Amino acid sequence: MSALAHVSTASGQPASPPPAAGPGRHRFLPYLLLLPGAAWLFLFFAVPLVQLAAASLYDPNGSLSTGYALTWAFGNYPTALQAYWPQFGRSFLYAGIALVLGLLMGYPLAYAIAQKAGRWKNLLLVCVVAPMFTSFLVRTLAWKTILSDNGWLVGLLRDVHLLGPDGRLLATPVAVVLGLTYNFLPFLVLPLYASLERLDYRLLEASSDLYASPLKTFRRVTLPLSMPGLIAGTLLFFIPATGDYINAELLGTPNQYMIGNVIDSAFLVRLDYPQGAALSFLLMSAILAVVFVYLRRAGTEEVL
Amino acid sequence: MARETPAGDLRLANLTKKFGAFTAVDDLSLTIPQGSFFALLGASGCGKTTTLRMIAGLEEPTSGQVLLADRDIARLRPYKRPVNTVFQSYALFPHLDIFENVAFGLRRRGIRSVDQQVRQMLSLVQLDGYERRRPAQLSGGQQQRVALARALINHPQVLLLDEPLGALDLKLRRQMQIELKRIQTEVGITFVHVTHDQEEAMTMADTVAVMNAGRIEQLGAPAEIYEFPATAFVANFLGQSNLIAGEVAGGNGGEILVTAHGGRFSVPAARARSNQGPVHLGVRPEKLHLAGTAAQVPAGCQYLDGTVSDASYVGVSTQYLLRTGWGTEVSVFAANSGAQQRFVPGDRAVAYWDPRHSFLLGRRTGEDDRTSPVLDEPVGASS
Ligand SMILES: Nc1ncnc2c1ncn2[C@@H]1O[C@H](COP(=O)(O)OP(=O)(O)OP(=O)(O)O)[C@@H](O)[C@H]1O
Ligand SMILES: [Mg+2]
Repeated sequence: MSALAHVSTASGQPASPPPAAGPGRHRFLPYLLLLPGAAWLFLFFAVPLVQLAAASLYDPNGSLSTGYALTWAFGNYPTALQAYWPQFGRSFLYAGIALVLGLLMGYPLAYAIAQKAGRWKNLLLVCVVAPMFTSFLVRTLAWKTILSDNGWLVGLLRDVHLLGPDGRLLATPVAVVLGLTYNFLPFLVLPLYASLERLDYRLLEASSDLYASPLKTFRRVTLPLSMPGLIAGTLLFFIPATGDYINAELLGTPNQYMIGNVIDSAFLVRLDYPQGAALSFLLMSAILAVVFVYLRRAGTEEVL
Repeated sequence: MARETPAGDLRLANLTKKFGAFTAVDDLSLTIPQGSFFALLGASGCGKTTTLRMIAGLEEPTSGQVLLADRDIARLRPYKRPVNTVFQSYALFPHLDIFENVAFGLRRRGIRSVDQQVRQMLSLVQLDGYERRRPAQLSGGQQQRVALARALINHPQVLLLDEPLGALDLKLRRQMQIELKRIQTEVGITFVHVTHDQEEAMTMADTVAVMNAGRIEQLGAPAEIYEFPATAFVANFLGQSNLIAGEVAGGNGGEILVTAHGGRFSVPAARARSNQGPVHLGVRPEKLHLAGTAAQVPAGCQYLDGTVSDASYVGVSTQYLLRTGWGTEVSVFAANSGAQQRFVPGDRAVAYWDPRHSFLLGRRTGEDDRTSPVLDEPVGASS
């Protein structure tokens, strides 16, 4: 007891918080580590990008046989947009719906694997990744079979009257969105899994000890802590899905074509390089804009 | 403290928790009166955290009840219990700053203006100015104080503290102990406090329970447990004891006679937990005194003789080990009051005690003398 009495009067002034630590000493090491990747990016990304930018400004009247002249034809952009805005809109719409579906399936899946699967964890992860062992093309062709008019799925949906007697799945927007969702799901699940795997269950316990219901705990603890994985996953899903053309090509019709299909045909069928390049740049800037807005909002906690 | 409010006693009734075949908490029954300070002591792995987790609702009991004000809350979800925990692992939210960590409980209960309360709480734990730091930017002791503030701010009916001061230095720990005790008496929160610091338990708690292997070995006021332990485990877990194996050789009136290693001793009947068969005769080291010869032993005292085998000076006291004729070393703490004779290893000496300071515990047949871990810090000597 005497010990308590002594100290009670001798309360020291609380020290003011010291400043946060500065950067480390190895200043050049990070750059050295960056070098191989940077060289690769420069050669195979930056250089072709400049080339593509130039191509988008070529004289639209040129052709492969007559040769192209760089005439700074900025008009290529409005022209391309005017001709293909429905495909643009469709790309973002389909990718957006697929992303929502992907999140609805992928988040619970990643959460279950990371937190609840116990010893089945690795097996389930393999199941998520296993489809990637076959080619993208083969998987999409398999969906063609699954969704085909005389497949079991359409039969079942017709039997329960979710589809009319001659209703179909293949060659509809539904098929394209389902294909996109399926094909890009692993890219969403894996980063999410990585984030959720690191989630300390004791934090969830602390949250529930502090009056947070499971729903509030999800919103205030689980979700914010899985944000890095969620952001990475949605980007890895959404960006390639927006530019995708295989799903629309194999599961849809020209009425479901996305911007990827148009670019594909501009380069490989119509051989209209300036237009293909202009569309590519338009797509890139549109995605960049979306991503930028998304990151700005998701990066601050207040948004959630 | 006056108790106008209806008794909100916390009662555990036959509480049991099994992990597979392993019983972590074994048929625990106890009552903790509302507003009291209850300390739970016990060796690592004896089930203290598991007990707290069952009170908090983070672990479902295998059987038994947790009653708060006579309402069984054992199956209530944790967020519906008026109970908060200071976790052994702190469990601070890494994505929230210190302010938001502390405000978490208030906000989840829909309280809007938290600013003043949070600042008050932070200054209570001496963390003013740290509001915008993240937990990762704090030292272990600072994190521990945030954990404390985060739970205390809610003024729960029961506060569970799982070694809440373990990472603090002595001075800060004493300050926090005073603050905790003050809050506990002022607000009337029931504290269930797990600690490894015996002194902390003794100075702060109204009631101390010593746990061993999932069971409570003894429960009572600190002085009661210390002066008259119920089992050999308690006698050596809380402070130290010299336990000498003997046999009860009869009784005469208020005394029980014991033979041990050829000597005859007596213990007041009121200080005996067992009055037949094999027993341990116990004396605390500070209740033993050294004298040069048997002739110097005061009347009414009993003694052992032996050779001083070790003398270590620890400031407030000197700790001697006395090797008895049959080879057991008993500890003797002699206060350095300057009035006593000093001994050096090799000296012949006798250790004597007043029988009213000894106690008698039941002993399993075959069990030998049990003396405390050598040169452990005596309770009370660290301050
Ligand atoms: N989830 C669990 N599964 C299996 N065994 C467990 C589990 N949790 C605890 N135990 C066991 O139960 C026993 C009691 O654990 P507990 O955490 O309650 O100990 P403690 O008294 O708090 O110890 P310490 O002082 O080291 O914190 C230990 O032997 C531990 O190994
Ligand atoms: Mg523990």
